[in-house]
Amino acid sequence: MSASNGKKLTIQSRIDYADFSLDIDNELQLKGVTGLFGPSGGGKSTLLRVIAGLNQNAGGQVSFAETDWQKESLFVPAHKRQVGYVFQDARLFEHLSVAGNLRFALDRSGPGEKNNSFDDVVDALDLHSLLNRGVAELSGGERQRVAIARTMLSQPELLLLDEPLAALDADRKREIYPTIAALPDRFGVPIIFVSHAVDEMAQLTESVVVLEAGRIVAEASTEKILSRDSLHGSIQAFEAMSVLDVTVVEQLESLHLVRVDHRGQSLTIPSHAGVQNGAALRLLVRAGDVVLATEKPQGLSVRNILSGTIIDIDLNPDSAFAVVSVDVDGTVINAQITNQAVQALNLQLGKNVYVLLKTASFDRPGA
Amino acid sequence: MTKLTSRLCCLLCVLSQNVNAEEALIAVATNFFNSAKQIESSFERSTQHQVTLVSGSTGKLYAQIRHGAPFDAFLAADQERPRLLEGSPFGVGNSRFTFAIGQLALASARPEHIKADAQESLRQRPNGPFAVANPALAPYGAASREALQSLQQWSALEGDIVLGESVGQTFAMVATGNVQFGIVALSQAMNPVHSNAVSYVRISTLLHESIRQDAVLLSHGKDNLAAREFLKFLRAEVTQALLLDSGYGVE
Amino acid sequence: MPDLAPLWLSLALAGVTTVVLLILGTPLAWWLAHTSSRIRPVIEAVTALPLVLPPTVLGFYFLIILGPGTTIGNFWVQVTGDALTFSFSGLVVASVVYSLPFMVQPLQSAFESMGRAPLEAAATLRASPLDAFFSVAVPLSRHGFVTAAVLTFAHTIGEFGVVLMVGGNIPGKTRVISIAIYEHVETLNYAAAHWLSAVLLVFAFTVLFLVYALKCRLAIRVG
Repeated sequence: MSASNGKKLTIQSRIDYADFSLDIDNELQLKGVTGLFGPSGGGKSTLLRVIAGLNQNAGGQVSFAETDWQKESLFVPAHKRQVGYVFQDARLFEHLSVAGNLRFALDRSGPGEKNNSFDDVVDALDLHSLLNRGVAELSGGERQRVAIARTMLSQPELLLLDEPLAALDADRKREIYPTIAALPDRFGVPIIFVSHAVDEMAQLTESVVVLEAGRIVAEASTEKILSRDSLHGSIQAFEAMSVLDVTVVEQLESLHLVRVDHRGQSLTIPSHAGVQNGAALRLLVRAGDVVLATEKPQGLSVRNILSGTIIDIDLNPDSAFAVVSVDVDGTVINAQITNQAVQALNLQLGKNVYVLLKTASFDRPGA
Repeated sequence: MTKLTSRLCCLLCVLSQNVNAEEALIAVATNFFNSAKQIESSFERSTQHQVTLVSGSTGKLYAQIRHGAPFDAFLAADQERPRLLEGSPFGVGNSRFTFAIGQLALASARPEHIKADAQESLRQRPNGPFAVANPALAPYGAASREALQSLQQWSALEGDIVLGESVGQTFAMVATGNVQFGIVALSQAMNPVHSNAVSYVRISTLLHESIRQDAVLLSHGKDNLAAREFLKFLRAEVTQALLLDSGYGVE
Repeated sequence: MPDLAPLWLSLALAGVTTVVLLILGTPLAWWLAHTSSRIRPVIEAVTALPLVLPPTVLGFYFLIILGPGTTIGNFWVQVTGDALTFSFSGLVVASVVYSLPFMVQPLQSAFESMGRAPLEAAATLRASPLDAFFSVAVPLSRHGFVTAAVLTFAHTIGEFGVVLMVGGNIPGKTRVISIAIYEHVETLNYAAAHWLSAVLLVFAFTVLFLVYALKCRLAIRVG
């Protein structure tokens, strides 16, 4: 259902504000969920607004899938662009019930048969029990689901989500991840997902665009972006991460654990409600949580022991730490260990090592 | 035969009606309004004309007439404004005349303050505010001040004088007891509705210049028969009798 | 029983003025709430002027500007055959100016507190600006509309100074209740003044009470 090559978004925009400027001249291929990542104040929301046509003084050019939305003297107003926008504060209409909000969008989505039907969308976002409620009675997570559903009902060709999960706690986020991830396939609409939270990027996106100080500084697959190399250390409070795609294999109920499989190797992680055998999960591994061993360890409490080969060692003489990248069955796991340890263990490229991951490290918010 | 009869009937109908019956809109100074209403019903009884009266202060009515108010005639509280109108495009020349002469009364809500004559009452007046219509705004007010000056009381009262915006307002101050003493129009003091509330004594007309109230035909009513007849009616005997009874003097 | 015609006239004047101001004042309030134009403070000041000018002064200048001899007055005579001053229409024109701030300011407040957010959301849901105005802005600012309409209505009922100058106190046309009461006082008919004032008080209180009671009900109902 999703386009095999993705749809092309061309943006050429230059806006100067008092304290920062947006300077974009890029062509993005949008397929599935594309992340728009960067520090606060970097221009992510502004860029979304330019794409949606909410920013009148943008100038430049915006085109999507062969349709010109903005070009020279042409400016297609926001309400005529087939773009859906889910705002950070949901912006549900308080004078309408949930159903009223949904119908508002459906009524204006144009004539003809709907790609995204009312029932389909209500089903996908699990809103059956909320339909007759007033907006004021909803929780943060419910509001966001209604907002997403409402936007879907306007039959957009491109969906923009502006930090929709910012107000949610870890459990709520975990619940809604699969819903959002499934949207492109279920409804055939590419999504640009804005966030400054790394775990959200990791869980939801296939590729990431990094926006910093109003400029696109990087554009690549999620895995690559999350590994430290692509970021040039430019984003503060950011540490290298690795992503492991695993499948749930076995429930160890009495131990409250779940055994998962990563390309033949096994891991145990804490179990969470509703995780079934066969389900696909994405695990985030923080480099600081990774321990390396040159010999298979005995007598250690760590239960997750993977084996792999060192493919990169990044020494930082100005700090205590280095980052060692290990290839574990095709996935790269980054480990942050001391330069001292690298020397002491005589770590070199191509060396086989064991990668140790504490089960507890998978129990943190956003893991 | 029937044709002739019907034609005769038509003729009779027409003749029995006063085909000249008209309507007039007449502006009247507020202090004369009550008397004007009585004159109006008397007028409408004896003619077929319809008259609508509009009340206002002389100053405002004058300003409105000069800015195109659709009045056919004007009954003022003074002579000045009708005189100005008569000489302007808004009034009809030679149509001005005095229809009533205003008189003053010293009044109080407390009967014990009213003595045999005005002079005596003033000499024995209680302390406190003394109400008079604003001489700048109301002809009756100007006359009040003149009278007080003639009686040598104006300077003595100076600090106690309270000015009413109109003679109507002055009367209200006196009648409600907010002010112990005041000078109002005799026609107001004689108003039967307030005979219980207000006691009064006449102020001699020799003490002030006559308050001559003039009427004038306005150019809007130049060809208005009702207006012309009404003004004539003001000088009829029956009207004059009414005015004398109400506390006005006549020419 | 004294004549109630002034009451009906006042109600008619207040009603017509409120409707006219809803039509004229809403776009003005909307513009003021959303514009970043340099002349906004100028327009706001002009809109608020009727609050400051004494009503009799306002009335006097209406007399001068709208009389049959003037450009506007003359035009009106040509079109309708009647003078603008000393007519019901003239009172409507004067009342519209006199009560303008009472319509515009609450509406502007309501629109400003609503902000742009709901309108942007509506635009992203394919609502044109006009559509968004009627389907989102108006319902969300309905309290502002109620307040503005009530204030305008009440203010016009109580109008005195302006009408005194520009109305001419003509029975059935411009003799509104405030003027009638004043006239009764001036002609010493206190009983009639009391009666008419009582009628006005009871009527006004009833109307206002109903409006505010309904407002509460509207707030509780969801969607």
